[in-house]
Amino acid sequence: MSEDFLSIHIETQGAQTLYRFRGHSNLHKVADFEQTLMASMSTFKERDVIFDLSKVSALDSVGALLISKAIRVAEEDARSLLLVGENSEVRKMLDMVEAHTHKKHDFEPQKKNCFYNIGLYIGENLQMLNTFLAFIAQLTITLMSSLYAWRNIRLKETFFEIYESGIKALPIIALTTFLIGVVVAYQSAEQLKIYGANIFIVDMLGISILRELAPMLAAIIVAGRSGSAYAAQIGVMKITEELDAMRTMGFDPYVFLVLPRMIALMIMMPLLIFFADFFGVLGGMLIAKIDLDITVSLFMDRFVEVVAIKHFWIGLIKGPFFAILIASIGIFRGLQVKNDTQSIGFNTTRAVVESIFAVIICDAFFSIIFTQLGF
Amino acid sequence: MKKIIEVKDVVTQFGKNVVHDRLNLHVNEGEIYGLLGPSGCGKSTLMREIIMLEQFKSGSITLLDQKIENISQKNAQELRLKWGVLFQSNALFTSLSVAENIALALQEYSDLSQECILDVVAYKIDIVGLKQGDGALYPSQLSGGMKKKVALARALAMDPKVLFLDEPTSGLDPISARDFDRLIMKLRDLLNLSVVMVSHDLTSINHTLDRMAVIDNKVIAAEGTLSEVKEIQSPFIERFFGME
Repeated sequence: MSEDFLSIHIETQGAQTLYRFRGHSNLHKVADFEQTLMASMSTFKERDVIFDLSKVSALDSVGALLISKAIRVAEEDARSLLLVGENSEVRKMLDMVEAHTHKKHDFEPQKKNCFYNIGLYIGENLQMLNTFLAFIAQLTITLMSSLYAWRNIRLKETFFEIYESGIKALPIIALTTFLIGVVVAYQSAEQLKIYGANIFIVDMLGISILRELAPMLAAIIVAGRSGSAYAAQIGVMKITEELDAMRTMGFDPYVFLVLPRMIALMIMMPLLIFFADFFGVLGGMLIAKIDLDITVSLFMDRFVEVVAIKHFWIGLIKGPFFAILIASIGIFRGLQVKNDTQSIGFNTTRAVVESIFAVIICDAFFSIIFTQLGF
Repeated sequence: MKKIIEVKDVVTQFGKNVVHDRLNLHVNEGEIYGLLGPSGCGKSTLMREIIMLEQFKSGSITLLDQKIENISQKNAQELRLKWGVLFQSNALFTSLSVAENIALALQEYSDLSQECILDVVAYKIDIVGLKQGDGALYPSQLSGGMKKKVALARALAMDPKVLFLDEPTSGLDPISARDFDRLIMKLRDLLNLSVVMVSHDLTSINHTLDRMAVIDNKVIAAEGTLSEVKEIQSPFIERFFGME
């Protein structure tokens, strides 16, 4: 039984064609049958047809659909068709298929032309800008009102976020900036050696790391770690209707979710930059000792002498601004998640890309402004 | 009558928490079988164990003549093509349209022509009571009841022998729920389907189930037809059926 799949034997008898069906249909083994049946139905167009189903033991929906389709083809060509010998199970399947069958299929989601799509893209992005401004406004209101009612700030959540996005990021930031310090020092050592200007490695490292490299690296790592986490967490909370639940219970999501993350990052970002400064210079110091024979005490003396404290403060002051950008973009992207799983991936990606981009733009502005101001 | 599922001495344990303590039950071919019990009694867990989504600690489950506790990868894969599963949250693939959701298994596992697959999809869409135009929509554009129907159509795509339904009528309005019951019974009669469902819906239980098992306090409190189950003395059964 198990090997007796649906097949046809076609005989010609005078003006008629006799199709002897046998076996049971199985949708894994039905492709040959489909081809034979449909090919012969279109070949013998003017002949009358008899379907002998007496040897068919069972039909699944695919088998029944094919046979009923062949019947329909015959009817459309105004041929006479006789169905003989089908058992009651087979009859039932055929009736069922006939009752629910459809000739035309149009399952293609509607496609629009390219002008429509360009318009849609622009419109959606303008809309997005609008919502982002609304988000920033809401955020500012929440922030301002919580300055009045500072008791509203959720300390527990804030400390949790400080731990999650601040403390837990320390090892990776330390390691990355240490290695960057090593790399930068090593590459410049090669050049400085040529001129015998070994000692200037201290000036170079001090200024570049404190002022630019450490803040940027810390911000990029935090954007990758926490920006994506914020978008994904809040996105899933939106899909599972947790945000709606909070709203109906009178908990403002901005107070409970947004503000703690924002404040936590604003507090932690300068500290992370300080940390990054330390490890970056440490990496440089190591290479200066190994490669250029500059002792630690010599390095320190020179460092204090030539690297003004303003470079350190400029690096640090960028922290809260980067934090605002990263947190607000991550959270905003989380709130943009719609009710399907794909948009979580989409918005998480956008959160990271956009916040890193924003951080770099912001850094460029700071760079110009501080230089113009003479710092 | 042929036993299509047999559960023998199944013990389930999560950490120290024993969920099932030696469950025994069987489902006959062509039957609509219900798993009932209070919340948290492990009905869904048992169903997930039968469809190989979760492991049990000891005991044995036989499904379509295969013992699933030590099944080979190949046999497991064959078995997966013989059942259809309807999840409580429907679990439709959001990136695919309704028609693509239904066609997916056919495209992957059968050698049918694209045209024939569309025929099958159209037929399944109609059989569960959706409109043909719904085939072009995406899951995010559907209402809850429609999603349930699409999920059923997807479960039926491969003409399964067994259908597993996890709370199929939850989230449906009473009219849709009764329609759903009728649909399940009709499909059972036509396709000689066996159906296993987890349900809390009393009307659905009264109308559709041939036999049922009540899981309470880690064991099977009762198994049999509705009238047999109602005879059993158990606080849960009295309270559950006493609500009518």
